Amino acid sequence: MSIKHFFAAAIAAITLFVAPAQAQKLFTRDGVVSFDATSANSPEAIKGVNKSGTCVLDKSSGAVEMAVLVKGFLFEKALMQEHFNENYLESSKFPKATFKGKLDNASAVNLDKDGTYKVNATGTLTMHGVTKPVNTPVTFTVKGGKLSAAVNFAVSMADYNIAIPSLVGDKVSKTANISIMANLNPMK
Amino acid sequence: MKRIIRIASFLLILSAAASAQNGQDGSLLSLLDEQFSLDRTTNAFKSPRVINTHSMEMLAPGTMDFRILHRFGDVSRGGYELFGLDQASMRLGFDFGITPNLMAGFGRSTSKKETDAFVKYRILWQSKGRRNIPFSLIWVSGMTINGLHDPVGIEGVATTFGRRLGYYHEVIIGRKFSERLTLQLSPTLVHNNIVANILVPNDLFAVGFGGRFKFTKRLALVWDYTYAINRFPANLNYNPLSLGVDIETGGHVFQLHFSNAVGMNERAYITDENGNWLKGQIRFGFNLSRVFQIVKRKI
Repeated sequence: MSIKHFFAAAIAAITLFVAPAQAQKLFTRDGVVSFDATSANSPEAIKGVNKSGTCVLDKSSGAVEMAVLVKGFLFEKALMQEHFNENYLESSKFPKATFKGKLDNASAVNLDKDGTYKVNATGTLTMHGVTKPVNTPVTFTVKGGKLSAAVNFAVSMADYNIAIPSLVGDKVSKTANISIMANLNPMK
Repeated sequence: MKRIIRIASFLLILSAAASAQNGQDGSLLSLLDEQFSLDRTTNAFKSPRVINTHSMEMLAPGTMDFRILHRFGDVSRGGYELFGLDQASMRLGFDFGITPNLMAGFGRSTSKKETDAFVKYRILWQSKGRRNIPFSLIWVSGMTINGLHDPVGIEGVATTFGRRLGYYHEVIIGRKFSERLTLQLSPTLVHNNIVANILVPNDLFAVGFGGRFKFTKRLALVWDYTYAINRFPANLNYNPLSLGVDIETGGHVFQLHFSNAVGMNERAYITDENGNWLKGQIRFGFNLSRVFQIVKRKI
């Protein structure tokens, strides 16, 4: 690395870390995250919903982070919830699932203006102790100055070292659909 | 050249300081000043029973646990009885989860045609986070009704309903130490309304020791032992010791075990005639537990 590059990197680092300190950030503590691993022919829905996901979005840089407690997922059947925690996600060992990333083209959209915007988010998802890159479209809706975000993407259970025993293979799918709904409020 | 390096390194230090200011690990979420929710300990045992004794685990509200318990005969009787498999005694039970901290159940055993019922309440729930509670504390009270034609068996003593009854009360102090290890202690009082003779205490005080060691996600070693303090001098039966494995298959929990206990409710396995482990007077048995969701939950 030449000195010039070094210098440029240092300047870039400053603008990255200092500038957002004044920028507007948005957050939620009650994002709704659902985890659906229902197999096509399953007689019952393998689906859990967590209504207390936390998320912070930095409007200017497009940086975004989200976290959810695995134990907070509620299933229709208590036994399913128990197995989700004990046998699949192992929530005692790995209590949180987190996403850290960035909106790809944050400057291209104006999230202060009413409308619907599609933006791609790139980052990493950490779940069951495994961190993997994720790229997913995010739909932002601005209405009356209020911002909400909707995300929908699929993850492969094998990528996160979550084994599906063949015994339950006809119920539990090898991929889980994760959807997120969050109403973001400005942080004071 | 040297000056550029100096400026550059100065700027780097500055940027590092700025990033530190932006949250401990530069994380946006740390800005939320997260109030950690209460992390309650779950799955201390696979089911609300260790083997014979109540465990520190509760049934979830809206669920019913259908339990089929089998105890075969004495292994020491040898090949003629196929090591006890020719005989069997059983208990059918239905347990219900009412609230997160309250459950109740009833069962019927073939031994002494006894019906039993209990209420179990969790006073403290082991948790960490906002509140730190190092163990769970659970209260269980139960009652048994002997259904034999002549439950008393003493000449000149009439059979009344009251004389069919027995009671038990216990407190369970349990802690899940790790994903692998759970231990619990349960001081117990068993009361029999009628006993064989004047020397046999109506009130038997006992302490239960139970535990689990998990090998894999779905396989665990479980044990329970109850030490009765005032057996001497008249009730010299052996203390019940059971040793087994928990196997979870998805919908069912199978418990396969060896035990010297005959009975399958607190009154029976603590006060009745248990065998001697050292003489091989043990029985093979299994508990089958199937949990049904009877009240659908809204998610």
